[in-house]
Amino acid sequence: MAEAKAPAYDNASALGRALNWVDERFPLTVLWKSQVAEYYAPKNFNFWYFFGSLALLVLVNQIVTGIFLTMNYKPDATLAFASVEYIMREVPWGWLIRYMHSTGASAFFIVVYLHMLRGIMYGSYRKPRELTWLFGVGIFLTLMGEAFFGYLLPWGQMSFWGAQVIVNLFGAIPVIGPDLAVWIRGDYVVSDATLNRFFALHVIAFPLVLIGLVAAHLIALHETGSNNPDGVEIKKIKDPKTGHPKDGIPFHPYYTVKDIFGAAIFLILFSVILFFAPELGGYFLEHNNFIPADPLKTPPHIAPVWYFTPFYSILRATTEAVIPILAVAVVVLAVMTVLTIRSKTWKMIVLGGAAVAIVGLFTLDAKLWGVVLMGVSVLAFAALPWLDRSPVKSIRYKGPIFKTMLALFILSFLVLGYLGILPPTPGRTLVAQVFMFVYFAFFFLMPWYSAMDSWKPVPERVTG
Amino acid sequence: MMQKLFAAAVFAAVALAPNFAAAAEEGVKLDPAPIDVANRASVQAGARTFVNYCLGCHSLSLVRYNSLTQIGLSEEQIKDNLLFAGDKVGDPMASAMTKKDGKVWFGTAPPDLSVIGRSRGADWLYTYLRGFYRDPTTQTGWNNVAFPNVGMPHVMWRLQGERSLVKPEAGKDGHAAAGAAPKFVQMSAGTQTANEFDATVRDLVAFLAWASDPTQLKRKQIGVIVLLALTLLAFVSWLLYKEYWKDVH
Repeated sequence: MAEAKAPAYDNASALGRALNWVDERFPLTVLWKSQVAEYYAPKNFNFWYFFGSLALLVLVNQIVTGIFLTMNYKPDATLAFASVEYIMREVPWGWLIRYMHSTGASAFFIVVYLHMLRGIMYGSYRKPRELTWLFGVGIFLTLMGEAFFGYLLPWGQMSFWGAQVIVNLFGAIPVIGPDLAVWIRGDYVVSDATLNRFFALHVIAFPLVLIGLVAAHLIALHETGSNNPDGVEIKKIKDPKTGHPKDGIPFHPYYTVKDIFGAAIFLILFSVILFFAPELGGYFLEHNNFIPADPLKTPPHIAPVWYFTPFYSILRATTEAVIPILAVAVVVLAVMTVLTIRSKTWKMIVLGGAAVAIVGLFTLDAKLWGVVLMGVSVLAFAALPWLDRSPVKSIRYKGPIFKTMLALFILSFLVLGYLGILPPTPGRTLVAQVFMFVYFAFFFLMPWYSAMDSWKPVPERVTG
Repeated sequence: MMQKLFAAAVFAAVALAPNFAAAAEEGVKLDPAPIDVANRASVQAGARTFVNYCLGCHSLSLVRYNSLTQIGLSEEQIKDNLLFAGDKVGDPMASAMTKKDGKVWFGTAPPDLSVIGRSRGADWLYTYLRGFYRDPTTQTGWNNVAFPNVGMPHVMWRLQGERSLVKPEAGKDGHAAAGAAPKFVQMSAGTQTANEFDATVRDLVAFLAWASDPTQLKRKQIGVIVLLALTLLAFVSWLLYKEYWKDVH
């Protein structure tokens, strides 16, 4: 492609000659400039913009420590538990590698949740960044699968029974459910066969997908350019002399040095947990998971790890009692949608879908609807680019309704997460049910409240 | 303003939700275990108690005898004082009792205690080991306030002596007040006073807590160094960041 182009480096030095040699065969300099050194990012990134690079850092941590863990881990139901303890006790620095991996798992979800919250606050999912957002949702889903498969591997009581509970959810699907659950487990209960396949999925299948999606996420991001806390498109105002955005700065060196500083602060917090409280009071490593898996002894209280508990709470909160309320919600949403949209075809589709849902709600088991709602609670993020109808992107220029709904959403996420850790009582289930509706209201009422909300005019340039 | 409202909302939601504070644990209130895993004399005394009283039935299969050098014992001391005849110093601390025998004798095989300090926690162990009392209705003649109808008899009863449990007074609603400390009556004296026995159990629990996570002391020492290094990295990278960003306006 570059036969007519002059070499980018001085042929007098050996390094220059080597780089020119590569450039003639591979677009090394072109890629470096377009993706890093001359990738112009808005200059007003704040605290919230650290979490993307931190997620990448944690991903690398998980992959590198994971490789070393597989060197001593035994994916065998009779050996797995002891092999993890062997890593902790006998393998030189094995305890460090294992704690880096186990703390990294929780850290991954912390930075990813904060990264997602950033996207919601500043409208990073809005046009033209919908695909970046969708790849991100794909990363989140893959990460949940990755964490779920990985959690079985220590073969403790929570590993075993957690996997049992989650795989049994698939059994709630009508007709094919029970066979599907057996197919996933490879056995009638979670067993050695399950451990072996979860190991395979955890160490190769899902990491491959994860890396592919991360690449797609970054490629899409670099195509559109990054959003910023003002939601201003910096590409609109360019310096006529240089052709670069006036509010943009090269990613390297400005954001590389800033992200190194962010990484150092993150690593300090990470190390405090890793070295001084690796169990974090039973939240990062559950106490019961230090009991070897025993298929004959069901623990009285099976709690998933903290990062799954908001969704687990929604699963548990979907009891017979909320089915009529769900039916009312479906009817209200369908009517509101039909009154809002113009396309006749879509009106028919919405009404038909609602009718099917109503019939299903009253004929199928509530347990199945719990599974469905849990799935919807995760997948709803993917719909955000099309649910948000506010004329502005960033929370800085959005009105009080959006701010209130977002605050309620964060609150419901935290409360549902907290309740998911605890064993259920009638009172707690009621609280979970209320917050479940708050959680869904944030997503499914957004087309209306975001359109009717007030907004402030967005400035031409970023405000810093 | 938003943040304050939000904080108030979180607080209200948590405060109003019923029984939020009540933890999942039921039953007896746990005594905090006054252990110090860094106290070598205490952990060594616990190791001795473990070998004398526990190892007959309970294995510590993930701990090798010679890993006790990490708590300050020499291999000679381990060989002379702790090893059973026929065991080698590199062997795991395994009980001679088979699982099958254990199941026949106690109804359930005595569990391996390698990570019991992490699954049960030190406070539970400290309460449990001091919670035995005479109960003629059970198979073994013993019962426990932390683990009702446990299959294990009071192995250290000669040290503590025999005690009986005072039935807790029923509250207004007919149920015993939850979380109330159990009351015992000493039936016969042991070879140790109550305080001495508490110390024996404390040392044993300290040993089990060490055995559950033998690298914990080293981990914390290394952690301090790592944090110092990272603080330096944070400082230098902050300077670098400020230097580069001087020309961003």
